[in-house]
Amino acid sequence: MNLTLRVWRQTGPDAPGRFETYQADGISPEASFLEMLDIVNERLERSGQEPIVFDHDCREGICGSCGVMIDGVPHGPQLGTATCQLHMRKFDDGATVVVEPWRVAAFPVVRDLMVDRSAFDRIIEAGGYISVSTGSAPDANEILVPKDAADAAMDAAACIGCGACVAACPNSAAQLFTAAKLAHLNLLPQGQTERDRRTLAMVDTMESFFGSCTNHGECETACPKSISVDTIALMNRDYLKAMFSDRRLVGR
Amino acid sequence: MTATVTLDAKIPEGPLAAKWDNHRFSTRLVNPANKRKYQIIIVGSGLAGASAAATLGELGYRVKVFTFHDSPRRAHSIAAQGGINAAKNYRNDGDSVFRLFYDTVKGGDYRSREANVYRLAQVSNQIIDQCTAQGVPFAREYGGLLDNRSFGGAQVSRTFYARGQTGQQLLLGAYQALARQIAAGNVELFTRAEMLDVVVDDGRAAGIVVRDLVTGVVSSHSAHAVVLATGGYSNVFYLSTNAMACNVTAIWRAHRKGAAFANPCYTQIHPTCIPASDEFQSKLTLMSESLRNDGRIWVPVDPDDARQANEIPPDRRDYYLERTYPAFGNLVPRDVASRAAMRMIDQNRGVGPLRNGVYLDFEDAIGRLGADVVEERYGNLFEMYQRITDENPYQVPMRIYPAPHYTMGGLWVDYNLMTTIPGLYATGEANFSDHGANRLGASALMQGLADGYFVLPATIGDYLADHLNTTPLPTDHPAFVAAEQAVRGRVDGFLAVNGTRTVDWFHRELGTIMIEHCGIARSRPGLEKAIAEIPALRQEFETDVRVVGSADTLNQSVEKAGRVADFFELAELMCRDALDREESCGGHFRVEHQTPEGEALRDDENFAFVSAWAWKDEATPQVKIEEPLVFEYVKLAQRSYK
Repeated sequence: MNLTLRVWRQTGPDAPGRFETYQADGISPEASFLEMLDIVNERLERSGQEPIVFDHDCREGICGSCGVMIDGVPHGPQLGTATCQLHMRKFDDGATVVVEPWRVAAFPVVRDLMVDRSAFDRIIEAGGYISVSTGSAPDANEILVPKDAADAAMDAAACIGCGACVAACPNSAAQLFTAAKLAHLNLLPQGQTERDRRTLAMVDTMESFFGSCTNHGECETACPKSISVDTIALMNRDYLKAMFSDRRLVGR
Repeated sequence: MTATVTLDAKIPEGPLAAKWDNHRFSTRLVNPANKRKYQIIIVGSGLAGASAAATLGELGYRVKVFTFHDSPRRAHSIAAQGGINAAKNYRNDGDSVFRLFYDTVKGGDYRSREANVYRLAQVSNQIIDQCTAQGVPFAREYGGLLDNRSFGGAQVSRTFYARGQTGQQLLLGAYQALARQIAAGNVELFTRAEMLDVVVDDGRAAGIVVRDLVTGVVSSHSAHAVVLATGGYSNVFYLSTNAMACNVTAIWRAHRKGAAFANPCYTQIHPTCIPASDEFQSKLTLMSESLRNDGRIWVPVDPDDARQANEIPPDRRDYYLERTYPAFGNLVPRDVASRAAMRMIDQNRGVGPLRNGVYLDFEDAIGRLGADVVEERYGNLFEMYQRITDENPYQVPMRIYPAPHYTMGGLWVDYNLMTTIPGLYATGEANFSDHGANRLGASALMQGLADGYFVLPATIGDYLADHLNTTPLPTDHPAFVAAEQAVRGRVDGFLAVNGTRTVDWFHRELGTIMIEHCGIARSRPGLEKAIAEIPALRQEFETDVRVVGSADTLNQSVEKAGRVADFFELAELMCRDALDREESCGGHFRVEHQTPEGEALRDDENFAFVSAWAWKDEATPQVKIEEPLVFEYVKLAQRSYK
């Protein structure tokens, strides 16, 4: 396949960026999108030009490192698929493909297609855990978890933290990420003790970095793990309840 | 070239089952108020690193954790799929700590330390308790109790799992525990920071030198103890199931500073990966071994059978694992399954466009259980397979082939997980300790978390107790300054070559040599050839590599160059170790040493030892030190899975 790439190049967070055009010729349809970029980069390097910087690692769609806007769509045209799992057979021979970083104020560009998503880590640090120091856990089977609850928690826990949900959102809101994390823990019996505290802290931290949700639902479509916006409804309900709850009575 | 130095593994006295308890009782402790006086550095934030950082933070130590990723949650532990073993015996199927211990020693082909493996089996149960309490969404039965599945090399169901994403969920659990300690101020996190050297002063680990991958700034951090939890080195083969950035640099730099490197030739080739489809392939994708629970492996009886898999009748299919190993069938250990697949391909019985695979077929499982049950068990794996190959495994069999996946070798550590450099520890895949010559499925997660949550936090105090009220070496000390200069010089050196070939080109060439001569099967002539070719290629690398850009910005080519340069040195040592070990064991298969049936033939009389290689200097090949392996509880036998 032969493709024309228009790729965003930017040397640093404060530097001006621009689109550069590159030819990607002789690409196998069996190659993945990132392997296509590898080939372009090798050619650039051989001609003495600096390769395109992009985050990537596992190339199995699980680490969440990769993620670029492909023709304006986070992770490209295939539903439920991270950039690294997208294959060139999904593109037409001769096509022009536009490749950009996530466009999110809270994710400043580090270089080219690489962005800084550490705001997500701050949300987790605010309360995205169950406080159980090593050694203090009871026998695992003493905690009964109904299968449906475990499955629902797992559906939410599948989030890979790539940031596509925020990139897809017209408001740059991080509701789907935060809600997925909250649903994972708030749906489990183990997560109940800290539920209210966790929900308030994570939502408040989220709002200090990101925009507000106005129910567009673009996030769910963009999510490579197809996490449902139902988690956002759950988060809103938990948040509201947490605001009115008397934590001293939670143990009753 | 065997040195006379002996390694002290510090295996505790007493009967096997009492060793860990005895050791914890006799180990010196650091009192809670004194813990905050110690600075500990942890490099790597995967299961072994994050769990250790979180736990040491909880205990009150001051911890710095370094990762080259943008977040601790990206570490390659996240890609582990199938599950984590524990001796809970929730199935009531005859499991016990002793059986998990025995299976692991046997699975490792009797090349691991009994005391370490027994401790691992003991601790396994606490790991499941800990992770469950953290909210890891393990699979459940309708009654709300934990579910289990079977894995290769065992006849009991002891594997806990979270769909096909067990590694992800365990890592998120450890990462969240780490995040809690970061928020509490006990742990300081450094992201996009790559460790490029260990600093040793007065014979002890004094700290590390790191390069900030965004700014290129090289700086030093000092501590009372340094822990390397930096994973394995399968990427020496270029194509492997490891993530692109996985590398040997941290442990190799430690090796060059005096840490002995143990059993470098023990590498694992995983039998169920998606075969390569073209020459530009950047990595191989693993399909969880758990698929072998329900999938049946076969090739056509007739190598020239051109029919679609579905059209080949059962009597024209060779279910070669079930035929050869009736007792374990498709659930033989990984090394056995990989070699069997290689034999099929070598006999030109491979399937697929490049004839580089064997079938993994779910037709019978779908017939027996229904597609919905199969989907519930393996749905995400089936989807991943379809995304990569564009084939629907519910309708046509998967094609699989073995690929480098895990490295049992690593830094030599004693029972306390300390390397031969006092104050320098290695945990998880970065050490060599528990898997012998072959790791059983669902045991990597177990070992990483055992080391991080339970072993290291209990053993590190013994070393630290000697250094109460001492100050870590200041980072402007000449030892740090010299190490920083060396790191900067190395980076500048890569940029100055200005040759004609990319780093990736050299990495692919190196990988080709290694997979051919030091991969699934090894021979004396092949290894000797590799030992001659590697230094020649390395020299070419040093004079003809082209790394563009500069040192003071984010430069992924510079990062890769350093890693590949270290792979060259490691590759040579792997081949020398493989040549030196004149036997076959586990993942190390020397064609000269096999049974009449083509199975690995060990030589317990002459090779029941750990080969620990000690660095001398640039000009001298490493010297081998042997740690004899003593088996008091396990009866050494030819492994049989028939």
